[in-house]
Amino acid sequence: MEMQKLYLLIPLAPLVGAMIAGLFCRIIPRWVAHTATIAGVAISFIASVLVFQDVMAGNTFNGTVYTWMTSGEYTFEVGFLIDTLTATMMLVVTFVSLMVHIYTIGYMQEDPGYNRFFSYISLFTFSMLMLVMANNFMQLFFGWEAVGLVSYLLIGFWYTRPTAIFANMKAFLVNRVGDFGFILGIGLVLAHFGSLDYATVFAKAPEFVSATINIWGDQQWSLMTVTCICLFIGAMGKSAQVPLHVWLPDSMEGPTPISALIHAATMVTAGIFMVARTSPLFELSTTALSFVIIIGAITALFMGFLGIIQNDIKRVVAYSTLSQLGYMTVALGASAYSVAIFHLMTHAFFKALLFLAAGSVIIGMHHDQDIRNMGGLRKYMPITWITSLIGSLALIGTPFLAGFYSKDSIIEAVKFSNIPGSSFAYFAVLAGVFVTAFYSFRMYFLVFHGEERFGKEAHGHDAHHDDDHGDHHHGLAPGQKPHETPWVVTLPLVLLAIPSVIIGYIGIGPMVAGDYFKGVIHVDSVAHPALSQFLEHFHGAAAMGLHAFSTPPFYLALAGVVLSWFFYMKRPDIPAAIQRRFSAVNTLLENKYYFDKINEFVFAGGARVLGKALWRVGDVGIIDGLIVNGSARLVGWVATISRLFQTGYVYHYAFMMIIGLFALMTLWINRA
Amino acid sequence: MSNYPLLSLAIWTPIIAGFVVLLTGGDRNAPLARMLALLGAVAGFLVTIPLWTGFDVAQGGMQFVELQGWIPRFNINYHLGVDGISMLFVILNAFITIIVVAAGWEVIQNKVAQYMAAFLIMSGLMNGIFSSLDGILFYVFFEASLIPLYLIIGVWGGANRVYAAFKFFLYTLFGSLLFLVAQMYLFFQSNGSFSILEWHKLPIELGPQIWIFFAFLIAFAVKVPMWPVHTWLPDAHVEAPTGGSIVLAAIGLKLGAYGFLRFSLPIVPDAAHELSGLVIALSLIAVVYIGFVALVQADMKKLVAYSSIAHMGFVTLGFFMFSALAIEGALVQMISHGFVSGAMFFCIGVMYDRVHSRQIADYGGVVNTMPKFAALFMLFSMANAGLPATSGFVGEFMVILAAVKFNFWVAFLAATSLILGAAYSLWMYKRVIFGDVANAHVAELSDINAREFAILGVLALCTLWMGLYPQPFTEVMHASVTDLLRHVAISKIQ
Repeated sequence: MEMQKLYLLIPLAPLVGAMIAGLFCRIIPRWVAHTATIAGVAISFIASVLVFQDVMAGNTFNGTVYTWMTSGEYTFEVGFLIDTLTATMMLVVTFVSLMVHIYTIGYMQEDPGYNRFFSYISLFTFSMLMLVMANNFMQLFFGWEAVGLVSYLLIGFWYTRPTAIFANMKAFLVNRVGDFGFILGIGLVLAHFGSLDYATVFAKAPEFVSATINIWGDQQWSLMTVTCICLFIGAMGKSAQVPLHVWLPDSMEGPTPISALIHAATMVTAGIFMVARTSPLFELSTTALSFVIIIGAITALFMGFLGIIQNDIKRVVAYSTLSQLGYMTVALGASAYSVAIFHLMTHAFFKALLFLAAGSVIIGMHHDQDIRNMGGLRKYMPITWITSLIGSLALIGTPFLAGFYSKDSIIEAVKFSNIPGSSFAYFAVLAGVFVTAFYSFRMYFLVFHGEERFGKEAHGHDAHHDDDHGDHHHGLAPGQKPHETPWVVTLPLVLLAIPSVIIGYIGIGPMVAGDYFKGVIHVDSVAHPALSQFLEHFHGAAAMGLHAFSTPPFYLALAGVVLSWFFYMKRPDIPAAIQRRFSAVNTLLENKYYFDKINEFVFAGGARVLGKALWRVGDVGIIDGLIVNGSARLVGWVATISRLFQTGYVYHYAFMMIIGLFALMTLWINRA
Repeated sequence: MSNYPLLSLAIWTPIIAGFVVLLTGGDRNAPLARMLALLGAVAGFLVTIPLWTGFDVAQGGMQFVELQGWIPRFNINYHLGVDGISMLFVILNAFITIIVVAAGWEVIQNKVAQYMAAFLIMSGLMNGIFSSLDGILFYVFFEASLIPLYLIIGVWGGANRVYAAFKFFLYTLFGSLLFLVAQMYLFFQSNGSFSILEWHKLPIELGPQIWIFFAFLIAFAVKVPMWPVHTWLPDAHVEAPTGGSIVLAAIGLKLGAYGFLRFSLPIVPDAAHELSGLVIALSLIAVVYIGFVALVQADMKKLVAYSSIAHMGFVTLGFFMFSALAIEGALVQMISHGFVSGAMFFCIGVMYDRVHSRQIADYGGVVNTMPKFAALFMLFSMANAGLPATSGFVGEFMVILAAVKFNFWVAFLAATSLILGAAYSLWMYKRVIFGDVANAHVAELSDINAREFAILGVLALCTLWMGLYPQPFTEVMHASVTDLLRHVAISKIQ
């Protein structure tokens, strides 16, 4: 009973904070807004720690909070499922959220929308917690859409910027395309399992392993394949997998704290979480897993390439996030769900760190985001520098740091996978290691080392942030130096750097090799033996770290770092020459493989043309023009003719009567 | 259960109040007329509350029944009653009446008493439609309710109001004449009964069933409106004053949909099964085709009008899949649409009152001058796009889930509304609300006043309540929907 109250407290505390800061945002002073929301999230974090301890003691929970609705033979409930997967997610979400809340005090201090911002990020925390704590698909979908809404509100936080309000609509609509698949998947689950409750569905799942449905003509499709692919389309939207990834880079229009919280650490991993949660279903369809691993591999490699040519500090990190989400998806496809969640967790820490550090750099640079205008910042921003270095090292998989354990586990698991497409995926994740190291250290060197390029003349950086938002000055004036940010900004960096170093070493034993996820994540190790084969070679975290020095990923990462150092510190003329030499490739990358252009032309443009055609031709032309007004004209025409007979002159009528009388008499006489 | 004639009270309280308001005469007494109208509307709402609190959810049949002879010569009776299908609409109608009286409070300065009276009388007549159990009584209310709305559009409407009013009137009249013919046929077949409940039991051969079904279909499809007889609605909305649009969207469109459940399904179930494919096809056209058409509208009212047609497509789709989840989903969608589209039209009215334009291009950056309004408008736009935790989600969700079970491709097409609904709602929102202040009119806007805030606030609470806890709404429907489905499953062909 005690614990159940605690479960309820965890999402509701941030909600109360959000309501205080949101409903009264115009009347309360700033300190009330941030105190209320931070208190809410802190309560939520402490309670999550308690719940985590309780779960580790073996107490899981699956129960209803209230019955949302009953209809026909179905019951829809709002309820919680608390197990190790949920507890892990709760810790990650509340911890990163708390860090971001504190950081926001510094980052947003000059913004007039201060209270509103705190309200949104607390509302986000509530929604994300409802999503991960759900014990059924309906509530999952609720949280899913609610985090989408808050993401929409936050990307468009600076609502007068044309780019921001375009980006937020794009994000919402692309996510809706994913949700379109997702809701069909949920519908298939309900139609065939008769329930949306996880436990009920997963218990019944093995019965449906060879069930088929008739989708088109007489063809029989595997039910589980169709269902899982539909569900995964939802994950592709939320977790930004190709081709539904297009919204994530643009989402960088939002303030940096939410890029860290929503578009790196938590919301975008909801799709990964969902697939891991529904592992009992995905395990039944090798076809669906194959689809998953191929999509993930494409995302992991090709989004990484785009990170190389970005000059906006946030966009480099954004493409890195896309690529890392691809890694997680590859792990899902290889049936290494626990590894995916493990990477989700380590990534949440080091990527939130990298984003917040990027934000710190942006403050230090007076809102200039172009890395070409930076350089040598390590002197002026030592804490940001060190923490960024830790984050980058963790990201590229330096042995013993967090990212190493999770990323190498993915690579190893894929190596042993026998799913169709896994050899391509293995190549992609291996090549991705080099690419990741290259773009990460390209950014690192350009920002923190080398020549100081700031404070020169007016800089011609990318157009994205050339807005006229009055509250944002741009870049350093000539002679001005960057400055380290206040403690509310650097403290979260330090606190996030700690898990970025140690969490992999601590976590891999229990989470991947141990039975931490026993009974939560289901793997059919006969059909999909990748993870169990990998674990046969696993002899503890320390051994894995030492062994790394003799494996290809380590040397690939090292090569990436060295090459980026050589290119950007020693011989900056080489990358420029390459860009000129391979201008076709460069154009392709700069246009992001033309996804945006195709989407805008085919889908957005096509929808408008179709809508206009249907309206002008169908509604206005045929229905109204021909039928409605046509019949009105017909009536009018008949009336015009008949009106000729109604002249109003008595002698006309008398004449007509005489004619009629004659006619009748003639008829009568002839008849007789 | 009380012994008061609650349904008669629900019908006649607003009608009598309407006539009392008329007695106040010219615009010199406008403040008095407004007060009396508000009192009448609130009284009309209060008398409907016991319908819900006293409703027996276990019972599928008619409750609060009243039966009196009216024209004994033709066996026409004053026969009233509500079940789980109709009860909520009586309450919704009475509730919306308060909203429209408040919505026209300061805005209408011309013929105030007549304006208020028209809405009150219409409210009573519409309650009559939802509670009639006699065919002729239903028909009288059904036709009579056209007159006040015709006058509202024709007298207080926009520039092109006469065309719109005629189009509206002729379209709907055309449909209902066939309905009357079908009623006559049923009267003779049932040996002289106009009781709808008797007709439910009447055995009919398939041939006549088909004819009757089409007569009903045309009458109700025009009202819903279904594609392709929908073109009167955008014109009517554009020309109607804000209050007229609210009532038309919130209640007017529900009359046709209600007719399907009260007449088509139970009276000619075999024909309904036989022709369900046709109705489902028309409904899906409404969802997809109209969704695209809504996307390109330049006039906000037209856009919301088209989105109403798309949302009503979900209603007719739900009815003809013959499952409890689908029908209850459709009913939930009807009620939700009452809140959401009512609120959307009110929001447009709020802007129109200030700028005197409904064109999206005349706005931009409204959030800078009307932040409170922008927040509420956001909620309703999201509800219009079917966001979970708003009422707009519940019905769509239920109908889509039921459709997956019915046929995957029907669900596929219906689910496109997730994308289209978000596209037209949010694109309009972006162009109107976000961005920099677009022109001098927008710069001069003043945020919503207390009256407008109260109206939108109440509607927002309803929208959220129904989104977060729809159980009280679906609970009352179960028994009646189950009875209906059981009845529809039995063939009437002998």
